[in-house]
Amino acid sequence: MRLADLGASDLRRRLRGDGIRLRTGPFVFNLRSPIEVIAEGLLRLYAHHPVVDASTFADYAVEIVPGEGPRRWIKPQCRFLFDGRLVFEPMPVSHAYPLLEWSMNWCVSTQAHHYLVVHAAVLERNGLAVILPAPPGSGKSTLCAGLAYRGWRLLSDELTVIDPATLQVHALCRPVSLKNESIEIMRAYAQEASFNRPSEETAKGRVTHMSVRPDQVMRMDEPARPRWVVFPRYVAGSPPRLSAHSPSEAMLELARNAFNYAALGPVGFETLAAVVDACHCHDFEYSRLDDAVDTFERLAAAEPA
Amino acid sequence: MNADLLTPLWHPDAVLPQLDAAGWERLLRQARLGALVPRVAMRFDAQGGLERVPTGPRQHLENGIRLAERQVQAVRWEVERIRRAAAPTGTPVVLLKGAAYLLAGLPAARGRLFADIDILVPHDRLEIVELALLGAGWVSRERDRYNQRYYRVWMHELPPLEHVKRSTVIDVHHTITPPTSSFNVDGRLLLAQSRPLAGHEGLAVLQPVDMLLHSMVHLFQEGDFDHGLRDLIDMHALLVHFEAQDTGFWPQLTARARQLGLGVPLVQALDQLQALFGVQIPATVAGEIGALHPRPVQRSLMRRAVGRALTPPTPECRRPGDGLLRWLLYVRSHWLRMPLHLLVPHLVRKAWMRHFPGKTGDEAGA
Repeated sequence: MRLADLGASDLRRRLRGDGIRLRTGPFVFNLRSPIEVIAEGLLRLYAHHPVVDASTFADYAVEIVPGEGPRRWIKPQCRFLFDGRLVFEPMPVSHAYPLLEWSMNWCVSTQAHHYLVVHAAVLERNGLAVILPAPPGSGKSTLCAGLAYRGWRLLSDELTVIDPATLQVHALCRPVSLKNESIEIMRAYAQEASFNRPSEETAKGRVTHMSVRPDQVMRMDEPARPRWVVFPRYVAGSPPRLSAHSPSEAMLELARNAFNYAALGPVGFETLAAVVDACHCHDFEYSRLDDAVDTFERLAAAEPA
Repeated sequence: MNADLLTPLWHPDAVLPQLDAAGWERLLRQARLGALVPRVAMRFDAQGGLERVPTGPRQHLENGIRLAERQVQAVRWEVERIRRAAAPTGTPVVLLKGAAYLLAGLPAARGRLFADIDILVPHDRLEIVELALLGAGWVSRERDRYNQRYYRVWMHELPPLEHVKRSTVIDVHHTITPPTSSFNVDGRLLLAQSRPLAGHEGLAVLQPVDMLLHSMVHLFQEGDFDHGLRDLIDMHALLVHFEAQDTGFWPQLTARARQLGLGVPLVQALDQLQALFGVQIPATVAGEIGALHPRPVQRSLMRRAVGRALTPPTPECRRPGDGLLRWLLYVRSHWLRMPLHLLVPHLVRKAWMRHFPGKTGDEAGA
């Protein structure tokens, strides 16, 4: 069953009750929240995602609840509870939807140690994955959102989930997080996408999320083999420039960006070494999204079919 | 389905439950809150194998084991850092609790998760050891002046020291109970009987009976029982191991408890070990141990109260009166630590700090 098949009122009732079990790639989340913007956001962003029933084990139970005591009513807040405990500081209730997405990321990045989880966007073409590790401000999200609507399949915009046993990257198929100027850029660029209502003045500025294309949601169980590691950098006015990045440097960068590299010990090291061995590593400077799309098109075309 | 799936798991005769999705979610949640996921995993592994657990929950159990294995490596490494830092002071460092079980190769270390590393040094060496650790990067994370003073004047340990880069935490003790406590143990007696750790020059552990008694008295002093079950599993593993090693263990335990004035915590902990693991006190010492706790009404009240407090703090396990009961145990734990004329102002102060955390500096942590 898809989330949209539930209907809005059934969704709200379940969110207030035992929760809805939403599957995103290899993970099942049980989501509970009485807060209206959560239901609204899920309807806009996860309409095509599978919802499973209570007989399916949920990996992570995420609860977004209103503030405590007076903060339920005066400057109302929202809180993420995991195992009944507060994880982050409470936030204004208008930030409840991004809080939900951040909370889901927190669950995967702190607990899914059967995978190596790297802070990086990842997309797929012809079964091959391009991993984009990048610090905030490098334009990673915009680039990733753009590519996802120009021929590449989005696996994840934040968390690259690598199975150490198969070295394949799993799709999370979660909405792309956008902030500030990139929101308007993507509205123009991906007109068929569904956008959530932006939350103003969060820690990251103005943020919203953009849905994954329905045909890509249908393919969430198809993993991909890492083929490229690209470090993107937005440089105002720059022509697109692709240059070689040393593999050993790339491995260090990936390790630094991995959430559970230390927790995995030798497995983490071996996994990353094997991933980098299988990949072409590049630096990429650009200023225009269309240039980036062309460059990535050429990367994919250079691979034997 | 039982509300509490966690506490009944540990009895040697327990039949492990067949769980559906909701049951596994409940058990994992209870295990996470009690820092017991790796031990639950090992329990299922020992009884029929992890492969019989459905894939979803099995991945979480295996992740627990992975985490515990990594912590073993990390704790060994940190202990070596501590040893090197303290070596120039010439002060032997006695490891306590988890780190001691691990370095001494005891079964109690299996699957145990660590929050910090506890060490014991002579009272008159506290300052020099603290300085040596400071030199190696461990600084006091307690910024509140009241709390700093509270620790240094009234407690058996320094405020926690946190490493500036690695964020590992050391608790430096000079004895195992607060000097103001009704169970006031002289640290020198413990140090005199400590055992050097072979292969780790400058490190030592408590002698077996003291190791067990420390875990017992600790359980009733912490005031929150969030990790109470974990501590009781430690005690059970220590007890089973030591009694198999040394036929004289029980009489030594009884004599040492009397000497250190720890008869009451010994009896109270044994009551819980009996309920959870079916531990039998040998007939030869049963009378003597019983006599260490002369107040039967109090003993039976505590047995039931602590038994309740050990159940997981999840909504499905909650019963009417639990809140009051936990509060009473919290107050009692403080009462054991301090006489009333010190305790009342302290609790008032802590309550104030909890409600107005910004006004007094750091959050209420002591």
